[in-house]
Amino acid sequence: MQIRLERRLLAPGWVRILTSAISLLLALLSIAVAFYIFGLDPLFAYKKIFIGSFGSLYGLSESLVKAIPLLLCGVGLAIAFKAQFWNIGAEGQLLMGALAATWVALFCPIELPSWAMLPVMFIAGFLAGAIWALIPALLRAKLRVNEVITTLMLVYVATEIVNYLVYGPWKGAREWGFPYSDRFPDSAIIPVISGTRIHYPTLILGLVVAVLAYFLLMRTKWGYEIRVTGDNPRAAEYAGIPYLRIALLVMLISGGLAGVAGVGEVAGIHGRLRYPQGISPGYGFTAIIVAWLAQLNPLVVILTSFLFGGLLVGGDALQVSMNLPVPTIQMFNGAILLFLVGGEILLRYRIVIRKGSQT
Amino acid sequence: MEDAPAVKMIGIVKRFPGVVANDHVDFEAKAGEIHALLGENGAGKTTLMNILYGIYRPDEGEIYIRGQKAHIHSPKDAIALGIGMVHQHFHLIPTHTVAENIILGMPGNFFFPLERVRDEIEQLSDRYGLHVDPDAYVWQLSAGEQQRVEIVKALYRNAQILILDEPTTMLTPGEVQELFEVLKCMADEGKTIIFITHKLEEVMEISDRVTVLRRGRVVGSTNTADTSVTELARMMVGEQEWGEIKLPPREKGRVVLEVRNLQALNDKGVMALQGISFTIREGEILGIAGVAGNGQKELVEVITGLRKASSGQVLLDGEDITNCPPGEIIQKGVAHVPEERINMGLAPNMSVLDNLILKHHRREPFSTNLLLNYRYAKQFADERIREFEIITPSKYTPAKLLSGGNIQRLILARETAGHPRLIVAAHPTYGLDVRATDYIRRQLIEQRNRGVAILLISEDLEEIMCMSDRIAVMFEGKIMGIMDAHEADINTIGLMMAGVRPER
Repeated sequence: MQIRLERRLLAPGWVRILTSAISLLLALLSIAVAFYIFGLDPLFAYKKIFIGSFGSLYGLSESLVKAIPLLLCGVGLAIAFKAQFWNIGAEGQLLMGALAATWVALFCPIELPSWAMLPVMFIAGFLAGAIWALIPALLRAKLRVNEVITTLMLVYVATEIVNYLVYGPWKGAREWGFPYSDRFPDSAIIPVISGTRIHYPTLILGLVVAVLAYFLLMRTKWGYEIRVTGDNPRAAEYAGIPYLRIALLVMLISGGLAGVAGVGEVAGIHGRLRYPQGISPGYGFTAIIVAWLAQLNPLVVILTSFLFGGLLVGGDALQVSMNLPVPTIQMFNGAILLFLVGGEILLRYRIVIRKGSQT
Repeated sequence: MEDAPAVKMIGIVKRFPGVVANDHVDFEAKAGEIHALLGENGAGKTTLMNILYGIYRPDEGEIYIRGQKAHIHSPKDAIALGIGMVHQHFHLIPTHTVAENIILGMPGNFFFPLERVRDEIEQLSDRYGLHVDPDAYVWQLSAGEQQRVEIVKALYRNAQILILDEPTTMLTPGEVQELFEVLKCMADEGKTIIFITHKLEEVMEISDRVTVLRRGRVVGSTNTADTSVTELARMMVGEQEWGEIKLPPREKGRVVLEVRNLQALNDKGVMALQGISFTIREGEILGIAGVAGNGQKELVEVITGLRKASSGQVLLDGEDITNCPPGEIIQKGVAHVPEERINMGLAPNMSVLDNLILKHHRREPFSTNLLLNYRYAKQFADERIREFEIITPSKYTPAKLLSGGNIQRLILARETAGHPRLIVAAHPTYGLDVRATDYIRRQLIEQRNRGVAILLISEDLEEIMCMSDRIAVMFEGKIMGIMDAHEADINTIGLMMAGVRPER
């Protein structure tokens, strides 16, 4: 028997959906093997994850909480990736957004009326994330510097800036030495659905943004130009679509939305700026998988971000209840991305199995 | 054993969505023979050879190599069987050197044996007269040079059966003769040469046998000596007759394009345009003859804004557009039928509709403010598809699934929309079959008759002669001379293409 890969002309829609589903399933299966090796009952572990995430009201609400930053970052990344601009640095853009919101909430020299506080924080967060993302866009468009490297490196710069601030000048006077800023004034706290941590204004913002992003891509001139640039950069140049403009546009959106996610975290969850890992356990990176699993469709990102939110919560539940190490959940993410990328091959090739030996 | 043909393909069937590319094709080629595979575009020649080379798997049929049943699953298997293929679109890595491209994928040394490879390449080059610089980067090479690299690559892999897909299209007349010498020499050594073409003269000149395909079926297979151009032509296109193209006389209008003393560098940083000057008027076709790599590509790019001029001027309707961004030049009415129709003229994964509105998407009624008007776009696409007889399952089909001729129709349908002032057409019929070629030429002439100025770049002298009002010849970045088409004779042009100025 022989197994061969054969090129296919065009993957039909059902193959694409099936590919994502099978990739997910295989990832779960391979993790099950890992559980088994650790001496855990995989079925029991998955049950724990499911109950921890989607199987209880609390789990469900926590999954939504984690879905919010994934949704905002994921939608932005879907747009950037659509233009084949590989923004790997949403995590840093998120942190810069969190930082800008903190500045507005605690250190803004202008006294803001309380009704204006949150809008200004969101705008500041958007701008800060966008600026952080525009640096790689400019470097790429003007000097052809690889954006994968610049966006990734700027994550570390952002992390260290936040570290410096929370351990140094912004360290809260009333925080007993923790690397936290002071608590935001009440006007700078995003309201939540009572009894949960769901900061619903950010969630609504995320949903609206996903719909708008889809609309932008499919129904507007700019979205069209983004798609052309992503499909064939030379055709875009030939058609008079300036690469600089597209790079700036997608990174403005992508970075800005990550920044907004950062605002949501500090003003909706923590009420203060914390050390970087305290603000985001890698939402900006997980969002890459979220966007990819959604096949870069902003509407589908709504679904995949919720799925991954659940996975993160389920992983936490697993850690607590079964005393598993923190990297367990990272293993999950890694496996899913790996299988997802592997599954991409199925989109371009068809597996042909032939019986009988051939030479 | 000795009698077994080098290649024998029996009952090959290959279906693609919506078409049967090969319909029970039988094909046979002997060792030491040059076998022409003749047919229009879309006749299934390339598909058949891609099957032999392992790029496609046949749905039915069997292949025998030197009498042994062969199972060719990939080019790797084909190469192991001594089959080499030089594609029409080159498969080279632009950022690597010639030497690196040639040994890419070869088993053996872990470390790059540069010295040895370079020697062997030079030996092969010398032996067959295929001159390539092993240290040059592929992106620096002209299409003709890249093709030589592809041939050397196949020879380096010790190909006994060499498939060449339309190999002469990018070569100068001199290079074609050189290539034919190479092929004859290889055939004398006992190699099998399969030569895909749709040019009848080439078949007559070079081949020992010829197999004619039409619409996926074999029409006939015969010794070249026993047939004639007329018979082959009839076999290839069927009974249909093609009218001769005539340019109706036309009053010359105002000057549309004026190029003044234009200079520009190529990708290697060498002066590729060395002071080019000419004008084109309304309703006039200026044909630029010349061997590829003499600055035509750079000229097109400078006029369309894709390359910066280092000095000189490009004037459109008297307005200086030198070094304007491409978008602005498009807006001012310069249409461009690019040389690389898929790599540059198309967003291949996007739909026919999306490709038809490219460039137009910026203006009303295709878009208002930020919104695209898909309702109008659909109507526009339907009209264009009908008018230009673009064969596509639907307007939502990805453009890359169209055949070469239909892709060019799509591009022309797009570029002629919106009343351009000037159409820059680079090799508009390169690689197209008789039917599509005829159609594209007629459409361009139709545009000329409506008063559009056309800059036609072509290596096909016959095309230049039959379509141009005036003819310019480019050689090494200069214009050797410009003449009225009716005063031009093919010998003078041929001399000028080789760099000889006609004596006065």
